[in-house]
Amino acid sequence: MQRDGAVPGTVPNAFRIMDNQTRPEPGNTDRSEKRFNYILAFSGSCIVVLLAAILVTLFITALPSIKEFGLFFFAGKVWDATTETFGALPFLVGTLLSSFLALIISIPFSLAISVFLGEYFKEGAVSTFLRSSVEVLAGIPSVIYGLWGLFLLMPAVRLIEMKIGVAPHGVGILTSSLILAIMIIPFSASIGREVITLVPGDLKEAAYSLGATRFEVIRSIVIPYARSGIIAGILLALGRAIGETMAVTMLIGNSNFLPTSIFSPANTMASVIANEFAEATGITAASLIYVALVLFFVTMVVNIVGTYVIQKLSIESSKEVS
Amino acid sequence: MFAMFSKGVTLMAVVFALVCFATPASSSDMELLGAGATFPQPLYSKMFDAYNQQYKVKINYQGIGSGGGINQLVRKTVDFGGTDAFMTAKELETAGAPVLHIPTCLGAVVVTYNLPGNPKLNFTPDAIAGIFLGAIKKWNDPKIVSANPDVKLPDMPIVAVHRADGSGTTYIFSEYLTKASKEWKETIGTGKSLKWPAGQIGQKGNPGVAGYVKQTPGAVGYVELLYATQNKMPYGNVRNKAGKFIEPSLKAVSAAANVEIPDDTNVSLTDTEAAAGYPISGFTWLIFYKEQSYGRKAKDRAEALAKLLNWMVGDGQKYVEPLQYAPLSKEAAAKANKLIRSMTYNGTPLVK
Amino acid sequence: MIGGDVRGRLIKDIFFKGIVCLFAFLSLLPLFLILYYITKNGIMVIDWDFLFNLPRPIGEAGGGVWNAIVGTLMLIVLSSVISIPFGITAGIYLSENKAGKLSNTIRLSVIVLQGTPSIVIGIIAYLWIVAPLQTFSALAGGVALSIMMLPVIVKTTEETLKLIPYHLKEASLALGVPYYKTILKVILPSGLSGILTGILLSVARITGETAPLLFTAFGNQFMNINIFKPIDSLPYRIFYYAMSPYPEWHSFAWGASFILVVLTLALNLIARGISAKWKTRF
Repeated sequence: MQRDGAVPGTVPNAFRIMDNQTRPEPGNTDRSEKRFNYILAFSGSCIVVLLAAILVTLFITALPSIKEFGLFFFAGKVWDATTETFGALPFLVGTLLSSFLALIISIPFSLAISVFLGEYFKEGAVSTFLRSSVEVLAGIPSVIYGLWGLFLLMPAVRLIEMKIGVAPHGVGILTSSLILAIMIIPFSASIGREVITLVPGDLKEAAYSLGATRFEVIRSIVIPYARSGIIAGILLALGRAIGETMAVTMLIGNSNFLPTSIFSPANTMASVIANEFAEATGITAASLIYVALVLFFVTMVVNIVGTYVIQKLSIESSKEVS
Repeated sequence: MFAMFSKGVTLMAVVFALVCFATPASSSDMELLGAGATFPQPLYSKMFDAYNQQYKVKINYQGIGSGGGINQLVRKTVDFGGTDAFMTAKELETAGAPVLHIPTCLGAVVVTYNLPGNPKLNFTPDAIAGIFLGAIKKWNDPKIVSANPDVKLPDMPIVAVHRADGSGTTYIFSEYLTKASKEWKETIGTGKSLKWPAGQIGQKGNPGVAGYVKQTPGAVGYVELLYATQNKMPYGNVRNKAGKFIEPSLKAVSAAANVEIPDDTNVSLTDTEAAAGYPISGFTWLIFYKEQSYGRKAKDRAEALAKLLNWMVGDGQKYVEPLQYAPLSKEAAAKANKLIRSMTYNGTPLVK
Repeated sequence: MIGGDVRGRLIKDIFFKGIVCLFAFLSLLPLFLILYYITKNGIMVIDWDFLFNLPRPIGEAGGGVWNAIVGTLMLIVLSSVISIPFGITAGIYLSENKAGKLSNTIRLSVIVLQGTPSIVIGIIAYLWIVAPLQTFSALAGGVALSIMMLPVIVKTTEETLKLIPYHLKEASLALGVPYYKTILKVILPSGLSGILTGILLSVARITGETAPLLFTAFGNQFMNINIFKPIDSLPYRIFYYAMSPYPEWHSFAWGASFILVVLTLALNLIARGISAKWKTRF
């Protein structure tokens, strides 16, 4: 076959790559292709190595604390640098309490957005407006949420606390849960919307033809069908809430004790690290890194479960479509 | 289009590399790194700004608390640290090599609060201890009222706030309370990080505490004097050992400082015997290694540090009083100079 | 479900729609409040001095955030330089090798990395770079941010390249073009818009990150362009100013937030624009 069979001047761009190219020998092609694949694979494995290195580093630096406190670390209520007794229970409780409270507050809103965008307004100006706004919400940096919370949420919560008769701290679990809720709405909302749009049209059509109202279709067909996807979206939002640092540090009150109510100041695993790492020595530093290790594992599990559920769902639904 | 893109990226990368990697070689601006106490930070930021204008040396000082300053010096990530709490024996041991402390100024830890009308209050040591122990919960508690007969104290809950980070200010404050209040001594004691009562708010740094108190009605916290005055926040008079209620001021702090200063400058000024002395006063120190050749430290960097330290206890002292810190006495400055002269690089003294 | 009280069911239907719309728009309320306050308090502060001056000593009036702006830009460039090569090549690998143990392990690692809390990455960068080099530095901050950018770049590269029809690659290979040239000069350029979008989105994400910079880049009240020295950044300035008692610093925090939000939004908009306009159609 002749390479330059076309009329000069009309050679399409794609063929120009071949210009001034010596025909590669069979051996050369294999080698250059192998080398290229090697580079690609190397790059990919660097990522795996990076993750492994992170795990190993955290484990080794936390080792003194792991050896000293073992698994009782999670049951220990006391975090005291002076007596060098460290127990992470206050931070576990602080993290779980603030994250779950944030989740509960945010679910109605993110579900509403998902249904709104997935069912009622799939396209059009209103849809674009809401979708863009939710994206903007997701893009606002955490420290700016903290700043806003400091000057606008804190006085509001203080007023509520004064009305109820609790000590008017203004900071604490409630305040940080509120700001977390606002921050995680976009995450569960966008995933929820996607899985709701994946619900097969014929299922819904069948229900409509039987005389169901929109509400009944959503309640009985769409939501149950998309349920696992919605839950996965919620899980990913939870993962985000658990790992959130800056907005929480600014609004949680920095107390290393077990919170006794949603109005008490507390600390989460992330905020105690941000507060104390710069000054931590010896066993204190090791204990903080132990906390970081725990935080890492918790978010890892939540994220993996959430991602796989979503992947499974999208594979299943694409199978159904085809 | 792809060619254009890749050319653009290559160009950017080359320019970037030139800028970043050429800079160290041609760096005429020496830059020193310090971290630590927020207690003297307003003074330091003024001093370092003036020093930079005069000598073109950049001193980057970040306020991460005295505990942070000590820790980062021990880890050798900073050239010098700032602390209001003298390093403990254990910390000195962890440092490995000898660490010198030079005092730079004196300051006052004041009890600042947020009450309607900004009244001037008198505090007894027991009242302060009771407030921060959580025993005194309201502003119109008899223990506070008894020292303030002329003030109408409101029936507001007290929101006490302490330092969440390891703080030299906490150290000075708690050292005073340990000496002046039996209850405090038995429950909490002295230190940079304390076991504060459960449910009490913590904030980072002097600015964090001041910021929170300023925003929260009924709040009370302990900060360095300047943070309160710069923000027009009221602060209380404290009863000293002689029985008088002393207003925190430059004069009162200096009065508390007429004590014998040992060679290593490790001296405490709290609960002073002086009749007109403010009882919650303290020195603040800069800490650095005696032997300056460690890690990758170049000699000119060590020399720059010695020059800076000399200036701070010498010419730089003129910035102290305008910011309401008390300047070093001649004796203290002399001890500091002696310590600076003992700095070495590979054994040879840095300052002649 | 069928039969019975039709009117009741219709009322419920309308009621439900109303609730959904209400909650959906209520959730935008915080967004508008935040944007309103940032604009209201931030715009007042922004002037030539604010943008191009360095910070003044504590308690003194005036000053600006020029060092923070330059610092943020430098950190963006630094972390992009580190993460883009690895991210794109790994993404190419994943799109070319859809199955296989290494591919699946890489995909899993990417998922885990993406969910890693930023404070943990900050600790890692401290242990790997700050402690050995014995100095806080922009480099440490850049490394931390690049670890955070990596997963997004890998994922968007993979997704973009997967969308490119197979026949393009087949045609190129059939003409005798070596495999690596096919990828570099045929496939990659076609997916350029998607990859660029991914890069811009990941940059937008890390621009506002503070936690990883707390113990790495450390902050600097002076201007610095040397990557081996500490560097300031907009998020760090916002945090520092917000937690202080000085009202002027509070307004500076709003001003810096305004700049940061504008920067982030601009990056997002450009990313969308690229994705819409430059998209190669097949």
